[in-house]
Amino acid sequence: MPLDLDGYLGIHQRALALEAQRTEVLAANLANADTPGYKARDIDFKAELAAAGHGSSTSNGTSGSGGVDLSTDKATLKYRVPLAPALDGNTVDSQLEQSAFAENSVRYQATLTLLNSKLRNLMTAITGQ
Amino acid sequence: MSSFKIFDIAGSGMSAQSVRLNTVASNLANADSVSGDPNTVYRARHPVFQAEDPQPGAGDQANVGVKVQGVQLSTAAPSSHYDPGNPLADQQGYVYAPAVNVVEEMVDMISASRSYQNNVEVLNTARNLMLATLKLGQ
Repeated sequence: MPLDLDGYLGIHQRALALEAQRTEVLAANLANADTPGYKARDIDFKAELAAAGHGSSTSNGTSGSGGVDLSTDKATLKYRVPLAPALDGNTVDSQLEQSAFAENSVRYQATLTLLNSKLRNLMTAITGQ
Repeated sequence: MSSFKIFDIAGSGMSAQSVRLNTVASNLANADSVSGDPNTVYRARHPVFQAEDPQPGAGDQANVGVKVQGVQLSTAAPSSHYDPGNPLADQQGYVYAPAVNVVEEMVDMISASRSYQNNVEVLNTARNLMLATLKLGQ
């Protein structure tokens, strides 16, 4: 039986890609914190991850239940609903972006840890030690 | 996926904020530079920030950094003071001081330095995450 690596790694691959993209989106928000007219954006993480999980079972039947559709590389960006938009049209709330960035980096590290342990399990199985 | 774009974005933010800090420094340094002619007196400088243009084809889904579109000179009229003893004074004994609001500039400086720190923090975090990713599976 061939090893289904995609199925083995499960949702974590897509989660890591999404978290990496979210880091970029939040970095762009923070860089444009003082740009007039800039609208803050974010990713609907839950919806994107759910879509990735569903997409694999329907579009390519090869991978298992936890499989990932890697064809949808980029998540759709949505505009953040501003709490208190500035008069210059900017909707970036630095504090909110900072906390989202911190949360996202912790999530990224958690995903890395999970992936790492999966890979380590695999290595244990391969070497048989 | 180009993860290295985070460095470009945060870097653009840092460079824009440092331009802003530069103009604040220039405005504060010249807050008391008087002149005998209202047309040649120092004018306060303020950078105009703009989101960078996304790469062609990326549309509005692309993450963009920030750029300094230009530095605008203040159009506020300089204030005149009667100071006949000043060697720069004009025929009527007036000197002209630039319309620099020192308090406003200080606030701008604090805002710029906080934004700069934000970008540095983003850069550091992104760097650490990428280094951790490099060690995946080891």
